[in-house]
Amino acid sequence: MDDFDASAALLEQVNQALAQGTALRIRGGDSKAFLGRPVAGEPLDTRAHRGIVSYDPTELVVTVRAGTPLAELEAALDAAGQMLSCEPPHLGAGATVGGMLACGLSGPRRPWAGSVRDLVLGTRVITGLGKQLRFGGEVMKNVAGYDLSRLLVGSYGCLGVLTEVSLKVLPKPRARLSLRLEMDLARALRQLAEWGQQPLPISAASHDGQALQLRLEGGEGSVAAARQRLGGELLDGGYWRDLNEQRLAFFADPRPLWRLALPSTSGVLALPGEQLIDWGGAQRWLKSDAEAEAIRRVLSEVGGHASCFSAGVCDSPFQPLAAPLLRYHRQLKAQLDPQGIFNPGRMYAEV
Amino acid sequence: MSILYDERVDGALPRIDKPALLAELRACLPDLDILHEREDLKPYECDGLSAYRATPLLVVLPERVEQVESLLKLCHARGVPVVARGAGTGLSGGALPLEQGVLLVLARFNRILEVNPAGRFARVQPGVRNLAISQAAAPHGLYYAPDPSSQIACSIGGNVAENAGGVHCLKYGLTVHNLLKLEILSACGERMTLGSDALDAPGFDLMALFTGSEGMLGIITEVTVKLLPKPQVARVLLASFDSVEKAGRAVGAIIAEGIIPGGLEMMDNLAIRAVEDFIHAGYPVEAEAILLCELDGVEADVQEDCQRVRAVLEAVGASEVRLARDEAERTRFWAGRKNAFPAVGRISPDYYCMDGTIPRRELPGVLRGIAELSAEYGLRVANVFHAGDGNMHPLILFDANQPGELERAEALGGRILELCVAVGGSITGEHGVGREKINQMCAQFNADELTLFHAVKAAFDPSGLLNPGKNIPTLHRCAEFGSMHVHQGALPFPELERF
Repeated sequence: MDDFDASAALLEQVNQALAQGTALRIRGGDSKAFLGRPVAGEPLDTRAHRGIVSYDPTELVVTVRAGTPLAELEAALDAAGQMLSCEPPHLGAGATVGGMLACGLSGPRRPWAGSVRDLVLGTRVITGLGKQLRFGGEVMKNVAGYDLSRLLVGSYGCLGVLTEVSLKVLPKPRARLSLRLEMDLARALRQLAEWGQQPLPISAASHDGQALQLRLEGGEGSVAAARQRLGGELLDGGYWRDLNEQRLAFFADPRPLWRLALPSTSGVLALPGEQLIDWGGAQRWLKSDAEAEAIRRVLSEVGGHASCFSAGVCDSPFQPLAAPLLRYHRQLKAQLDPQGIFNPGRMYAEV
Repeated sequence: MSILYDERVDGALPRIDKPALLAELRACLPDLDILHEREDLKPYECDGLSAYRATPLLVVLPERVEQVESLLKLCHARGVPVVARGAGTGLSGGALPLEQGVLLVLARFNRILEVNPAGRFARVQPGVRNLAISQAAAPHGLYYAPDPSSQIACSIGGNVAENAGGVHCLKYGLTVHNLLKLEILSACGERMTLGSDALDAPGFDLMALFTGSEGMLGIITEVTVKLLPKPQVARVLLASFDSVEKAGRAVGAIIAEGIIPGGLEMMDNLAIRAVEDFIHAGYPVEAEAILLCELDGVEADVQEDCQRVRAVLEAVGASEVRLARDEAERTRFWAGRKNAFPAVGRISPDYYCMDGTIPRRELPGVLRGIAELSAEYGLRVANVFHAGDGNMHPLILFDANQPGELERAEALGGRILELCVAVGGSITGEHGVGREKINQMCAQFNADELTLFHAVKAAFDPSGLLNPGKNIPTLHRCAEFGSMHVHQGALPFPELERF
């Protein structure tokens, strides 16, 4: 497909939906459609609105239309020796830039390099008032007005249709290698807490039950020195892609998949089922038949939260919000999408 | 058009019965410190934008969250506007008081509640000074990255409210990138937690929305910040150029080499001479421009990066490249940059500082444009520039005692901002909108975009009691402002200390 600016058609579809009071189900590649609650609505497909609008590697900024395949963006960056440092997961063929933003999921480098939201400099968005507006820009620093762009990341399309984004990109590291160190989880978590206070070039840390997997990225000198110091055996770097895309054997377990987000210092969590540790302990995957309430009770105790990554398992896949917070979510939704046409109920029944 | 609150275009404010409010506050909050006498209110009539002053109705100095909670509930019930203030170092009038409003001073919330080295975070009250966080983390080899030049005095609550920057933003991000969790009180006094102890939180990213919202959406009562391990080494290269264009090209060339410097600062000849005269930093006074490039990280990588950057600088045509020999020289190189504003203050009776941002590639063109404008208006402009992240601080030199110079400086400032917006930049990179740039917001955003901002405000503060008149102009103001020349909104702050 060719690059094409389809924003006028998207805007027209939104305005029609506003006129008729029809709900819209915003979609790109539908690679992450299983996340959140099901949405009943007329599909609004962003994929015709695609292409890189501008990319200047020396500027460290790329501006891209929401319907652009994520793989296409990554290939263009890679060709210039750059990358999206947050390593967004695709979770299926045809994942788009818009879906990356709407879901806000980040990969193994997240604790060290920031999230999808952290890369966002500016957006264009079609609002519930039937306008396409621009917020933020292509500059690293911009504090004019409220930060609508970063608010929209991870809002699952409930506040508007993202049509374009400017992202900060970074050079790929000059050196990279991965290590496997045999140790149990409790020890691995203690080690990571200690290493985290030192300037080590760690850029990913996972534990699969038997061993700690580490990725080192940086200059040749620092990576070689850290490899010397940390020991262990070399690991194929493909591990991180398989972890990020949920292709490791762990994910084949038929039980529901839960994503646990928690302080990395929480220690080993006692929960029924199997766990796989990412983000140096700050993101843990759980395969378990346990009830949502039971899982969330354990997470709440350590200051974390749990989302269900398997469709149809529970009515609120995302952790329910405290009452005042939910009220402000509803008020914000009511202000930005007064007719409630954008992905109604995708995050929470009330939003 | 004045930037002081103007009910005609900014909206009507309630008329508050001061004695009645004071009596009620005393009855409800007997242990709350309240200032109400004219002479006691005087020190609070401005923030770092001291050219503009307004006497607050009352000043309250709470020490406990419960007091703030009760105060907000009472003010909400009585329809009393509330303006929050931290250390008062803001440069855009974000904490400028209202004559019909309570000034809520959070400076007494100055305790560091927790420094957690294993979790690499610090939990602090909003009145804690930015630098104090890094000092508390230092024994663990950690620090808090964002470092606005006012870091010795500015407080973290204000940093969050303004999304404060500094000289290391390209590599380490702004305030928003270095936060984990905020405890806030809503306009009606409800407690909420935004963000979490994990790396994300369920629901909309309200923490990002609140960061930089200038006290318009809620009151921050606690901040949890990320801490980073201190880089093992930091080295600084000082490069001289015989043209600003070359220096500008050097910035792009360093980035193209795949290197992200910890800091990358540029100064033009006028700024160099002013600084050298003041600080004796060892800057080359004949150079048309200098670049300061700081590389930090692990020893081996920094050494390699220094060699690469030196090669790039020489290839682009630097007339001289010097590596700071030791920590003393590195500190001296930086001292020059950090004292650039006061140094310029010594060579001109008055100066006016801009805060525009631009895409870096536009730098040579914008600098040329500024030079042409400078000639056109007959006023000198010294350029100090966070080159790494595109944040310009042109300093317009003028003498307010010379008839017409102030107006010329205003007009020139406006043209410079217009240039920034025209090349895809922003009217403010780190100082905030506050009241100072309220009129320029009309140039940056159209009516539909401003309408959406007002909708966001209405979701959190439907009665509009938190910091009325800041950050987002009314459409009425823009309509009025639109009939004037855009530049006349830019205002001078001759005596204002700038960093």
